[in-house]
Amino acid sequence: MATSTEELRDWIKTRKYEAGFVTDLESDTLPPGLDEEIIRFISAKKNEPEWLLEWRLNAYKVWQDRHEPQWAHLQIPDIDYKAISYYSAPKSMADMPKSLDEVDPKLLETYEKLGIPLEEQKRLAGVAMDYVFDSVSVHTTFREKLADAGVVFCSISEAVQTHPELVRKYLGTVVPARDNFFAGLNSAVFTDGSFVYIPKGVKCPMELSTYFRINEMNTGQFERTLIIADEGSEVSYLEGCTAPQRDENQLHAAVVELIALDNAKIKYSTVQNWYPGDEDGRGGIYNFVTKRGDCRGRNSHIAWTQVETGSAITWKYPSCVLRGDNSIGEFYSVAVTNNHQQADTGTKMIHLGRNTRSTIVSKGIAAGQSDQSYRGLVRVSPKAEGARNHTQCDSLLIGPKCGAHTFPYSEVRHPSAILEHEATTSRIGEDQLFYCRSRGMSEEDAVSMIVNGFCKDVFRELPMEFAVEAGKLLAVSLEGAVG
Amino acid sequence: MLEIKNLHASVDDKAILNGIDLTIGAGEVHAVMGPNGSGKSTLGGVLSGRPGYTITDGSVTFNGQDLLDMEPEERAVAGLFLGFQYPVEIPGVSNAYFMKAAVNAWRAARGEPEIDAMGFLSDIRKAMEAMELPTDMIHRGVNEGFSGGEKKRNEIVQMLLLKPALAILDETDSGLDIDALKLVSQGINALRSAERSFVLITHYQRLLDYVKPDHVHVLAGGRIVRSGDEELARELEARGYGWVTGEAA
Ligand SMILES: Nc1ncnc2c1ncn2[C@@H]1O[C@H](COP(=O)(O)OP(=O)(O)OP(=O)(O)O)[C@@H](O)[C@H]1O
Ligand SMILES: [Mg+2]
Repeated sequence: MATSTEELRDWIKTRKYEAGFVTDLESDTLPPGLDEEIIRFISAKKNEPEWLLEWRLNAYKVWQDRHEPQWAHLQIPDIDYKAISYYSAPKSMADMPKSLDEVDPKLLETYEKLGIPLEEQKRLAGVAMDYVFDSVSVHTTFREKLADAGVVFCSISEAVQTHPELVRKYLGTVVPARDNFFAGLNSAVFTDGSFVYIPKGVKCPMELSTYFRINEMNTGQFERTLIIADEGSEVSYLEGCTAPQRDENQLHAAVVELIALDNAKIKYSTVQNWYPGDEDGRGGIYNFVTKRGDCRGRNSHIAWTQVETGSAITWKYPSCVLRGDNSIGEFYSVAVTNNHQQADTGTKMIHLGRNTRSTIVSKGIAAGQSDQSYRGLVRVSPKAEGARNHTQCDSLLIGPKCGAHTFPYSEVRHPSAILEHEATTSRIGEDQLFYCRSRGMSEEDAVSMIVNGFCKDVFRELPMEFAVEAGKLLAVSLEGAVG
Repeated sequence: MLEIKNLHASVDDKAILNGIDLTIGAGEVHAVMGPNGSGKSTLGGVLSGRPGYTITDGSVTFNGQDLLDMEPEERAVAGLFLGFQYPVEIPGVSNAYFMKAAVNAWRAARGEPEIDAMGFLSDIRKAMEAMELPTDMIHRGVNEGFSGGEKKRNEIVQMLLLKPALAILDETDSGLDIDALKLVSQGINALRSAERSFVLITHYQRLLDYVKPDHVHVLAGGRIVRSGDEELARELEARGYGWVTGEAA
C-alpha cells in the first residue's frame, strides 16, 4: 500500500497547462525598449488626443524615479524593462474589424481552442465579451443590446475616441501614476483594455466579460480597465486570462480602476490562469497588477472575486476605498500555487466614510514547492465612525514543501471600529482522503472535492456559470498523472 | 464472503495484528470485542485499505478477490463498507454531494448509469429520516459541526444508501444515546439479509441485544483469543476481559 501523500505529491507535480498553445499570426511588434519615443509611437498609433499623450509622458517621468516594491514575500528576478516590447498587434488588426467576418480566422481559432467561440450565437447566454489579444482589443460582442440600455462597453482606445470626456474625467483618479512602480509603468505604456460606463439608474442587462491573452514572445501586456457605475446603477464584470506556454517570462502589469457613485454596485470577478511556468520553474507570467475600486458615492458597493491559479509570480491586491458613507467593500479570493509558483496577494480596505463595512474571505491552496502569502490591510480613518471589517483567511497545504504565510495589518484610528480576524491553516488530511476513498471515490476526485469544498465561500460569489468553470479549473490545476 | 488467514500487520515496525484468522459467511453477523488498543480498528483499517499499515503476512479474500491487492476505492465499490470510529469532517462539501458521489461510484462499478437527482434526494431523505437526522443536514458540510452521535448516525445513513455486501462498523454504537442506539440497530437490522454480512466492533453488550450476532470474537494483543456466541458477550459484560486475555497469555 502506497502512502498517499507521496502519490499525491507526484501527481500534483505534473499538472498540465491546457491553454499553452501559441497562435501563429503575423504581427506588428515594436522592437524592445522604452523611452519617450516609444510612448509617442504608441499614442500616435492609437490616434490619441494631446492630453493623453501628456498624461503618459508625465507618468513615464514619475515611473523613472521609482523602484520596484521590495516588501512582498517574493523572489523576483531582475527584470530588464528595456528588453520588453511595449506594443504588439496582430497585423490584420491594423484596421480594426467592423464585423466578425473581418477578424483573422486564426484568431478565431485561438478562441475556439480556448473554448470561447467568438460568434455571438454561441456565447453563453447573456454574456458580452471584449477580447484583448496581446495589446489590442479584438472584438466586442453584444454591442447593440448594451447600447440600447445606454451602457458603454468597448476597448479603452475606442472610448478615448468616442467618450473622451468620461475617460479624461476618471482615468487615473483611483490609481494615479505615482501610486506604485507598476502602475506608473502601465500609465506610460498601456496599450488597451476595457472601458465600461453604466449610466444612472441602469442595471446592466448582462454580465460583461473580457478575455485577455498574451500571445507574442517578449511582449508585456499592460492593459488598463476603467469601469464607472453612475448613480444607482449596477454591473457584474468578469475577466479571464491565459497565455501560451513559453520558456521565458512575460510581464503583465495591468491597472484596473473601478468607480461606484451613489447607490451603485460593481461586482468584478477574475479567473486568472496565466501560464504558471513548468515543473522546474522555467517560464511563466509575472503578474503585477494594481486593482482598486473607489466607493465614491454613498451606499455604494464594490465586490472583488478572484480565482488565481496561474502566473509564475503574482503580486496583486484588489482593494476598496470606502469613501462614501455606508459603502461596502468585499474581497473573495481563491489562490492556487503549485510547483515553483509564488503569490503574494490580498487586499486593502480603506475605510474613510461613516458606517462603512468590509468583508475579506481569502482561501489559499499551496502545493508542490510553491510559496504563497496573504497580505491584507484594513485601515479605519479618524472620520470613519462605525466602520466594520470581518476577515477570514484560510490556507490549505498539499505536501510538505510548500508554504503559506499570512500578513494581516490593521490601522485603526476611530474607537468605534469593529474588526474581526480569523485565520486557519490546514493540510489536506490523509484521513479526509481515505474517508472519500473508502466510499469509492478515486484519489483525484477526492482531492478535487475537498479543495472545492474549501473554496466554496468564494465560488458562491462568482456568477453562476463561472463558478462551475472555476471548479473545473481548480480540478485541472491540481490534476496530474495518477497511476 | 470474507476469509482472513494468518493476518499480520504493523505500523512503523510495531506489530499490531499478530495472526488473525476469521471467516465470515454470507448473511452472518460477527461481533468483535476486546480491550482498548487490542487492534480492532486496525483490523477494520487493514481490511478497508487505510494507508500506513504494512502487511507482513497472511491473506484476505473477499468474494474470491485478493482484497489486500486492491485500492481502498476498489474495495469499497466491490461492496465493502467501513463505518468509522471517528468519522471525518470535510468542510464545504455538502453531505448530499458527497453521498451522491459515493453512490455514483458504486453504480459506475456495476455498469449502471448515474442516479437521477430526484431519486437520490428521496433516498437520502428517507435514510436521514430513518436515523432521525434533520433533513437540512443534507446540505451541511460532511460531518461538519455534527455532534458525536450525529456523526455516527450519518455513517449509517451512508450504509443505508450504499447497501454494501459487507459492513464493518467500528464502534458505531459508542457515543449514541439510548434512542439513537435503537435507531442505528434498526438500520442495521433493516439491511440484514442472507447475502449481507456485518462485523460489529463494539465494547457493549447493549448493541448486541438489538442486533443478534451469530458469532462473538475477543481480540487481544492482535489475535482472536476466544470465539463464541452471544453468551460470550454476556459473560464479558459481567466479568470483563481479564479472564479471557489472562487465559490466553
Ligand atoms: N498509526 C499508528 N502509529 C502507532 N501506533 C498505532 C497506530 N495505529 C494504531 N496504533 C497502535 O496499535 C494498537 C491498536 O490500535 P487500534 O486503534 O486498532 O485499537 P482498538 O482495538 O481499536 O482500540 P479502541 O478500543 O480504543 O478503539 C494501539 O496500541 C495503537 O496505539
Ligand atoms: Mg478502535
